[in-house]
Amino acid sequence: MTETQTHINPKLLDILKSVPDPEIPVLTIVDLGVVREAAILEDGTVEVKITPTYSGCPAMDVIGDDIVTAFAKAGMKAKVKLVLSPAWSTDMISEEGRAALEKYGIAAPLDATADKEVLLGNKKLVKCPQCCSKNTELVSQFGSTACKAQFKCNDCLEPFDYFKCLT
Amino acid sequence: MNFTHLREKNKMNTETLKDYILEIADNSLILGQRFGELCGHGPSLETDIALTNMSLDLFGQVRSYYQYIAQLSEEEKTEDDIAFLRLERDYKNVLLVEQPNTDFGYVITRQYFFDVFHLMLMQQLQYSKDETLSAIAKKGIKEVSYHKRFSGDWLKRLGDGTKESHERVQKAVNDLWPYTNELFEMTEAATAATEAGVGVDAGQLKEPYYKEVSELLKEATLEVPESKYFHKGGKQGVHTEHMGYILSDMQFMQRTYPGMKW
Ligand SMILES: [Zn+2]
Repeated sequence: MTETQTHINPKLLDILKSVPDPEIPVLTIVDLGVVREAAILEDGTVEVKITPTYSGCPAMDVIGDDIVTAFAKAGMKAKVKLVLSPAWSTDMISEEGRAALEKYGIAAPLDATADKEVLLGNKKLVKCPQCCSKNTELVSQFGSTACKAQFKCNDCLEPFDYFKCLT
Repeated sequence: MNFTHLREKNKMNTETLKDYILEIADNSLILGQRFGELCGHGPSLETDIALTNMSLDLFGQVRSYYQYIAQLSEEEKTEDDIAFLRLERDYKNVLLVEQPNTDFGYVITRQYFFDVFHLMLMQQLQYSKDETLSAIAKKGIKEVSYHKRFSGDWLKRLGDGTKESHERVQKAVNDLWPYTNELFEMTEAATAATEAGVGVDAGQLKEPYYKEVSELLKEATLEVPESKYFHKGGKQGVHTEHMGYILSDMQFMQRTYPGMKW
């Protein structure tokens, strides 16, 4: 199990929760689990440490800018640091985050063992976010963004994204 | 944005460490560029998306490595300078990754030959005494595992597919095989890094590598080449004729409009 503890100053939480993920706007960056630390430094500056979902995730630069903007609106100066350790994992997505993903039409990540079974096409475990059927199959291991795979539902025939497990 | 992890104080000479990081990072840069060339040209929508996704993963890793090198450098340097403003001789990638996208069989074979090595390297590098390299490797393992699953699956499908796919991918295997041995060549920088507990002894990966690759090739009903002649030179900056073309494509914007940003 990955160390998923975060150190976010409660006074900063509301502002951080107002920042959506640029690619999955129903998810806040806090629910996504990319905010690892947020503190108010002695000089009053806010320091936020974020970790990338995938190394090349182009959203990280945007998230950094969005955090600075959100704090500026609240009259605070913020700086953002990128940390690589501990590496982000899908376990860092909150329960609220998982629910938001499903509601948005993206199947939330399964645990590591089940994930491997579905990506190898051995078992049908991913639930279709449209009709809840598990009669689904993998179309491609790579989807519209680095974190997703493409699936289709054999019952309602809708294609959908599955958020790949990363642990 | 800056990394909060700075270099742990180790006994390694900084210039040697930088050389060693380039050896690892330049492979991802050049292979990422080769995948990038296929954007909009993949054989199907799904494979096109997969190849560009992997390109993005590799570039992400490259950025982490180059930002680290920039931090270690005394002169004002950025990741972009390192990526775009070096001369051909200063790139230390292996010859394998610069080989052209001849056809999908070549693309997959080249990737699989690299992925198997890349994953083994990351799995060792995560124990590096250098905190930053260890963190980059830990992050990379997850991504590279997906890459290897993709290239391995396709290699099996092409090898055990139609007569044409079998013949074409066998040709790719035969042509690219002589470039595999260079992956395990130890340079002075790699030796020093290994001695300092920072780098990975690539020589030790050779046996498990050929075992794993041979098993998959057999499963894909492909013949394992017996060639004993291997190309090398990339790690010393002596590249094949393809490298200049890659660099002219890749460096054009930065050289024409110095300092430009997206
Ligand atoms: Zn359905």
